[in-house]
Amino acid sequence: MMRRLRSAFVIARRDFSATVLSKTFLFFLLGPLFPLLLGGAFGSIGARVASRTETPMVAVISSPADFARIAAARERLATALGDPGVVRFEHYAPERDLAVQQRQLLASADPPIRAVLTGGLAAPHLVGGVDAGGPTSGQVDLILAAARERSPNAELIPVTKVDQSNGSLARDRQLTAQIGQVGLFFLTLMLSTMLLSQLIEEKSNKIIEVIAAAVPIDSLFVGKLFAMLAASVLGVIVWISAGALLIELATTGGVRTLPPPALGWPAFLTLAIAYFGMNYLLLGAVFLTIGAQASTVREVQTMSMPVTFGQVLIFGFAATAIGSVNAPEAIAAAIFPLSSPMVMLARAAEDSAWWPHVAALAWQMLWVALILKLGARMFRKTVLKSGPRQRRWFRRAEKASA
Amino acid sequence: MLRQAQHPDIAVEAIDLVKDFDRTRAVDGVSLAVPAGSIYGLLGPNGAGKTTTLRILLGIIDPSSGTRRILGREQPLEAAAEVGYLPEERGLYPAMHARDAIAFIGALRGLPLREGRRRADELLKEHGLADWARKPIRNLSKGMAQTVQLLSTIIHNPRLIVLDEPFAGLDAINQGRLEELIRREARGGATIIFSTHVIAHAERLCERIAIIAKGKVAFEGRVDEARGRLRPIVRLRTRAEDGPWRSAIPQSARREGDEYVFELPEGGPEPLLKALIDGGAGIETLAIERPGLHDAFVAIAGDSAAAAMVSGETVE
Repeated sequence: MMRRLRSAFVIARRDFSATVLSKTFLFFLLGPLFPLLLGGAFGSIGARVASRTETPMVAVISSPADFARIAAARERLATALGDPGVVRFEHYAPERDLAVQQRQLLASADPPIRAVLTGGLAAPHLVGGVDAGGPTSGQVDLILAAARERSPNAELIPVTKVDQSNGSLARDRQLTAQIGQVGLFFLTLMLSTMLLSQLIEEKSNKIIEVIAAAVPIDSLFVGKLFAMLAASVLGVIVWISAGALLIELATTGGVRTLPPPALGWPAFLTLAIAYFGMNYLLLGAVFLTIGAQASTVREVQTMSMPVTFGQVLIFGFAATAIGSVNAPEAIAAAIFPLSSPMVMLARAAEDSAWWPHVAALAWQMLWVALILKLGARMFRKTVLKSGPRQRRWFRRAEKASA
Repeated sequence: MLRQAQHPDIAVEAIDLVKDFDRTRAVDGVSLAVPAGSIYGLLGPNGAGKTTTLRILLGIIDPSSGTRRILGREQPLEAAAEVGYLPEERGLYPAMHARDAIAFIGALRGLPLREGRRRADELLKEHGLADWARKPIRNLSKGMAQTVQLLSTIIHNPRLIVLDEPFAGLDAINQGRLEELIRREARGGATIIFSTHVIAHAERLCERIAIIAKGKVAFEGRVDEARGRLRPIVRLRTRAEDGPWRSAIPQSARREGDEYVFELPEGGPEPLLKALIDGGAGIETLAIERPGLHDAFVAIAGDSAAAAMVSGETVE
């Protein structure tokens, strides 16, 4: 056993150094920046386009006093709904020929007017490309009713704010669980291609023959897997630290203002790293086994797509646990080894019990060992062509059929 | 034949090894016994099953049937710390520095990394590669990389060194250096097994050989035993074309130019000489040649196997 561990350590040390000390590791560390930057850029462009094209614009031909009340009511409604997509208004002073003014406004491209509201608060009338009782006219109805009934300076309901209530905590924890799961999913998604190609280097430069003659294949698999784990944990620590620093710098109160998970932040982060490790080891052992069958980069690329789909399916299965960690499907997903880490991370955010985590980590470790053992056996059999001896009954059957 | 109990003087033992790949039998009942401290050659043409036999002996693959014992252990990997292996297809990590590559292979065999680096520096210096110790493998020439790989095979002072086609790809000078290195390791007490399809190397280096053809061992024993399977060859040139002396030459004698070539008759050289002189042959030249390993190989493995072998001094 010690020899196997020592051999695995030699392999892991080499792989870790080769990975971390290479220039490409810097790109790996910068990896999460690219989706964030792209997401930010495309998100803001998309939001701008969406707000221009999807939020209805209504031209209001009225007195300034009426428009002020309508605009104030619109702001209250938009704030209350938390929806910036509530119908927007643009004020126009009435002209001599109202019919001509209406036609001109409906033909306007900038701003793109969807309807024209005339008659002020006393006798409102909506003309344009909207349905009676539809969402636009419905919103205008509500805004006009609010504008008629209440002055813009009316008092708001008195509110006494407490730090947290059960309802607000549950929502925050679900959010933490969701963020944790998504983070875990993307991390392993990023690493999956790297894992698939882990043995290509040894196979392409023929050193596999020297290694296979010196150490058990199990040690090779374990060494490679743990080297990548160590490199990725290093990456995760860098990313978490950078994220925390960013929050600290960009927000008032910093990381202390983040909603605490059920087990508290220190325990949650410890479990997050443990489950990241388990998720990585479980999926990694599977990917390493699959990837070990490939001889070329082209074969690895061909394998990448089905493997990614498989990961998405597992993620979907694990996502059923959010908000209902004790539901039967969530428990099934916690037992299924490949989705277990993601489900248990969600549980760590939402439930304060410790023992399920101890049991889950032991269960996941058992599966890592099983998959690695199976992977090493498959590698010996299919790649090194070292099949087990035929069983006697099989040989007899072969002889009989010959 | 080799079913005797485990013997401490036997470094490597194989008994009835069989290896099937799907429906192809690559190794068919191979039995070997390699004495400790000897230089042992596995001879055979390409595709004879030499590499597969070595891979089985080293535990890279398992046999379909049969048993093997390496340095007294039935599981070859248990003896990995005492074994060095140079595969036929050479391979090192291209980005690794030469000394680190050597130390890494040593570490796989249980040698501490720091000690491995120290020994690597010594070995590289000894082989004129000191300036290349801290250069990546990818910057080395093919011959240099091959030397680095060879040094990584012996870095941990193994008791058993297995070399698969070690001379392939080396020029004449490096082949000579490798031969010297093999002899030196053997003098130091290591057992050396190497496979080759170049008979000259085996003839110069080996005490014992196994001739493998089509997955089977056609001969296993000492080199002189292999040669001893053939009678010495007589090359005779006479002044007389014909006469009573002709009855002293076997019917199977063939003409090669002016010479008669035939196996030395059972009685030996004296009766032959007497008959030739008495029969008035007028002997111009008479040479009795001891058969070479190549001749023995032809006799043992057959013409087609021999045709695939290289008998010259250097190859590639």
